[in-house]
Amino acid sequence: MTTSEEFGYALNFTLNGSPVTTEVAGNTLLIDLLRDKLGLTGTHLGCDTSQCGACLVHIDGASSKACAVMAGDLDGADIVTIEGMAASDGKLSSLQQAFQDHHGLQCGFCTPGMIMSAASLLKDVPQPSEAQIRAHLDGNFCRCTGYQNIVKAILAASGQEVEHV
Amino acid sequence: MYEFEFVKPTTLKDAVQILSDDDEAVVLAGGQTLVPTLRQRLAMPSQLVSLSALKELQDLSADAGMVTIGAGVTHARVAAEAAAFPALAALAGGIGDHAVRNRGTIGGSVANNDPSACYPAAVLACGATVVTDQRSIAADAFFDGMFTTVLDEGEIVTGLQFPIPQQAGYAKFKQPASHFALAGVFVAKFAEGVRVAVTGVSEDGVFRWADAEAALNTDFSVDAVMDLALPMDDVMSDIHADAEYRAHLAGVMLKRAVTAALS
Ligand SMILES: Cc1cc2nc3c(=O)[nH]c(=O)nc-3n(C[C@H](O)[C@H](O)[C@H](O)COP(=O)(O)OP(=O)(O)OC[C@H]3O[C@@H](n4cnc5c(N)ncnc54)[C@H](O)[C@@H]3O)c2cc1C
Ligand code: FES
Ligand code: FES
Repeated sequence: MTTSEEFGYALNFTLNGSPVTTEVAGNTLLIDLLRDKLGLTGTHLGCDTSQCGACLVHIDGASSKACAVMAGDLDGADIVTIEGMAASDGKLSSLQQAFQDHHGLQCGFCTPGMIMSAASLLKDVPQPSEAQIRAHLDGNFCRCTGYQNIVKAILAASGQEVEHV
Repeated sequence: MYEFEFVKPTTLKDAVQILSDDDEAVVLAGGQTLVPTLRQRLAMPSQLVSLSALKELQDLSADAGMVTIGAGVTHARVAAEAAAFPALAALAGGIGDHAVRNRGTIGGSVANNDPSACYPAAVLACGATVVTDQRSIAADAFFDGMFTTVLDEGEIVTGLQFPIPQQAGYAKFKQPASHFALAGVFVAKFAEGVRVAVTGVSEDGVFRWADAEAALNTDFSVDAVMDLALPMDDVMSDIHADAEYRAHLAGVMLKRAVTAALS
C-alpha cells in the first residue's frame, strides 16, 4: 500500500476474479469500500458489533466479516463477495438455487452472509451433517426463517436427502 | 468512525518505532475487537499500526514440552495446528464463529484481556510466558484487571510460550450471541501441580481458583470438586447472567473441564 496525497491510500486487490485499483481513507472499512465506493451492495451491514454475519465475504479463501476488516489491510488480497457467486450470465450457483428451491430465505437480509458462510463450509466439508451445518452457522443470524429451511437448503446443495428434515 | 491514518509496517522494528514516535497510534491485529470498538467511537487513535505484514509474528511450533505461538497466529490456525496441545486447540476452535477465528489472533486476545475472553484462562492456567518486543512476562504477573495488562504503552506482544500440561481441559458456557464465556474454566495438570483459571466471572478479569487447585492437587477427579462453590466476592453481574448464576456456572464448568482433562 502506498500513500497518495490526494485520496489517502492506493489499494490493489482482486474482487470476484477481476483486478481492482482504488483509493481509500485510513479509516475505510471493507464493507464501506464494497458498498459505497464499488457499488456492490449485496454485502449487508446488519449490526454494529460484528456478531450477525450479514457482511460475510471470503478473503483469500477464508470467511471474514467485512464490517470488521480495515480496507487498508487488503492490498494484494483475493476477495469474493455474494456478487461473485452466480455465473457471469446470472445463473445462480447450486447453493443459491437450493436456497431458492427450499425457501431458505424470507426477507433476504441475512442471505448473502448465509450463502458465503455455507460456501465456506462446503469447501471444507462437502457433505456436512445437520449438526455441522448448525454449528457452522453459529455466527449468522436470521430473524425470519427459524433456520430450518436454510439448513435444508445447504443439505440439498451438498447432494443430500432432505425430505425427512 | 473518527478519522485516522493506516500504516502497515513490514518489520517489527518499524512497528515499534512508529508506536514510540506517536502516543496516539494503536496496534491493529485481527481487528475482531478493535474494529467494532472503533465503529462505536469508543477509541480515537491517530493511526492504526497493522501487524498483518509482520512475518516474525506468524510462527507456531512445538518442541520439548512447549508450544510456541506467534502473536499474529489466528484462532483458526491454533485450532488446526496446535495438535501438540489438544486442549488449547479445542479452546481456539470454540472462540466466536469461523469468521472471527479466521482473523482474530492470540496476541490480540491476550493483550486485550477481555474479562470474558477464552485465551487468558489458558495462559494463566498453564503459567505461560507472554513475550513482547521488550521482555518476557510470566502469566501470573501479566493480567492486571479487566481489559488491563502490565504491557506498557506501545509495547507489542510478539508471542506466547505454553508449557504443555500432562492433562488439560477447558469448558465454557457461552453467551449465545457473542460466544464469549459467561463462565469459562481451564484446568491444567503438571508434574508440579494443578492450576485452575477462571474467565467470564470476575470483575477483575481472569483469576486462579485456589480452592479448586488445592482439591485437585489432592485428587484429580470430578468427585474432588463436586461440592466446591466459588466465593461470591466480585462476581460480575449483567443482563446475561447475575452473580449467583455466574458463580454456579463456574462450578459446573470446573467439573466439565476436569472431565475433559480426564477423557
Ligand atoms: C462475534 C465475536 C465473537 C467473539 N467470541 C469470542 C469468544 O468466544 N472468546 C474469546 O476469547 N474472544 C471472542 N471474540 C474476540 C476475538 O477473539 C478477538 O479476535 C480477540 O479478542 C482480539 O484479537 P484480534 O487479533 O482481533 O485483536 P484486535 O481487535 O486487532 O486488537 C485488540 C486489542 O489488542 C491490541 N493488540 C492486538 N495485538 C496486539 C499485540 N500483538 N501486542 C499488543 N497489543 C495488541 C490492540 O491494540 C487492541 O487494543 C469474539 C469477537 C467477535 C467479534
Ligand atoms: S454487519 Fe453484523 S457481523 Fe458484520
Ligand atoms: S431471511 Fe430475513 S433475516 Fe434471514
